[in-house]
Amino acid sequence: MTESSVREGGVRSSNMVLRVVCKLLIPFIMLFALYVQFHGDYGPGGGFQAGVIFSAAIILYGLIFGVHNAMRVAPPKVVRVLIAAGVLLYAGTGVASLLLGANFLDYDVLGHEAVEGQHLGILLIEFGVGTTVAAVMTTIYFAFASRQR
Amino acid sequence: MAITVLAIIRLHNLVAVVMLSGFYSLLAATLFVVLDAVDVAFTEAAVGAGISTILLLGTLALTTQHEKIRALPRFPLVLVAVTGIALIYGTADMPAFGDPDSPIHEHVAPRYIHDSAEEIGLPNIVTSVLASYRGYDTLGEVTVIFTAGIGILTLLGIRRWRSRKPATGQSQGNGTGDAPGGDAT
Amino acid sequence: MDFEIHPGLYNYAVVVMLMMAGLYIVITRGNLVKKIVGLNVFQASVFVLYITMGKIIGGTAPILEDGFKVYSNPLPHVLILTAIVVGVATTALGLALVVRIREAYGTIEEDEIQRQDESR
Repeated sequence: MTESSVREGGVRSSNMVLRVVCKLLIPFIMLFALYVQFHGDYGPGGGFQAGVIFSAAIILYGLIFGVHNAMRVAPPKVVRVLIAAGVLLYAGTGVASLLLGANFLDYDVLGHEAVEGQHLGILLIEFGVGTTVAAVMTTIYFAFASRQR
Repeated sequence: MAITVLAIIRLHNLVAVVMLSGFYSLLAATLFVVLDAVDVAFTEAAVGAGISTILLLGTLALTTQHEKIRALPRFPLVLVAVTGIALIYGTADMPAFGDPDSPIHEHVAPRYIHDSAEEIGLPNIVTSVLASYRGYDTLGEVTVIFTAGIGILTLLGIRRWRSRKPATGQSQGNGTGDAPGGDAT
Repeated sequence: MDFEIHPGLYNYAVVVMLMMAGLYIVITRGNLVKKIVGLNVFQASVFVLYITMGKIIGGTAPILEDGFKVYSNPLPHVLILTAIVVGVATTALGLALVVRIREAYGTIEEDEIQRQDESR
């Protein structure tokens, strides 16, 4: 990053604004993704949207600072594990309710009372959905960007 | 939206086409807000106007930016027109827009609206239906996304970063919105 | 023939128009990227179809709140919400195929690919 900014001199300075603004924005985008994830029960939002927004933060970082820097932030190996982890968390919640004596994905038994169990179950599977979606979108971006000549 | 689509049909510069398709998604998202589907609008704005535009631009950077101009045959236009007229004729039997008595509102929806407050206890009915009543559906859809991710890893793979030349990190930005800086080098 | 378009059905006409525009792009254009854009247009028109069917005049967004009685139908929203995200994942898969085709054939125009296949 530093050598390219030295090499290109004046050209880089026009992107200075872009870099600084992005550094400022990315934490807020991630925070907003988490808000959407966990507030999805009450307002609009949920795992699908939160996953996309979270991966948008990583993609933005990759667009501005280069994909290799983004890969250092989110190592492809870890992201690959997260793809499977999200689906497993979702299915695992279903199996847990199965083991506790209810139907598959029937969350009533997860808590002390039905409504509490539903809250816990929905929170867990939304988190699973969000993890998978974020990881898949980031992986897709890495796959396309790392091919660039 | 109609004007955007016509422009997409006419244009041969693929970058402009991709930008217009992102704009089309944004228009669809505003339409969804007007139609009370806030969750859907949220998703469409984030996915359609954001992620898929970036992916299409990434593909253009890997392939080509101009479409080959060729003579257009007349027959598909006739075919499409006939299909369209047939479909519009078919809609004559559909319930009118916004009619509260139409069949779609009389099956399971009233139960979701009336009972989900007691059964699930969440204000957002869309979340309750998505995660609880239709948990199987959503599990299947997450699996589809999972499979698509695996498919892309199989087709393209993630290449490790190689430092062939210092400008490689820069060439990443060329096709994807960083064009002025990239061209000036 | 007693065929007349009811004024309350204009939303279907709009959807059909968008859908046919997408179909036209898919049929006539040989460029694979443009074909995928056409498929996206088609897909978005189907989304609009579902969401307009779920709307109730005078209703509000399906988030429970005191003081509201009429809500739009949440079911189409759920279906389309997931369909959008699945749609972008499959679009990305299609684009990955386009990239591989470009690497194998050196072009993404349909007729040139076919010509190369025939001369092989």
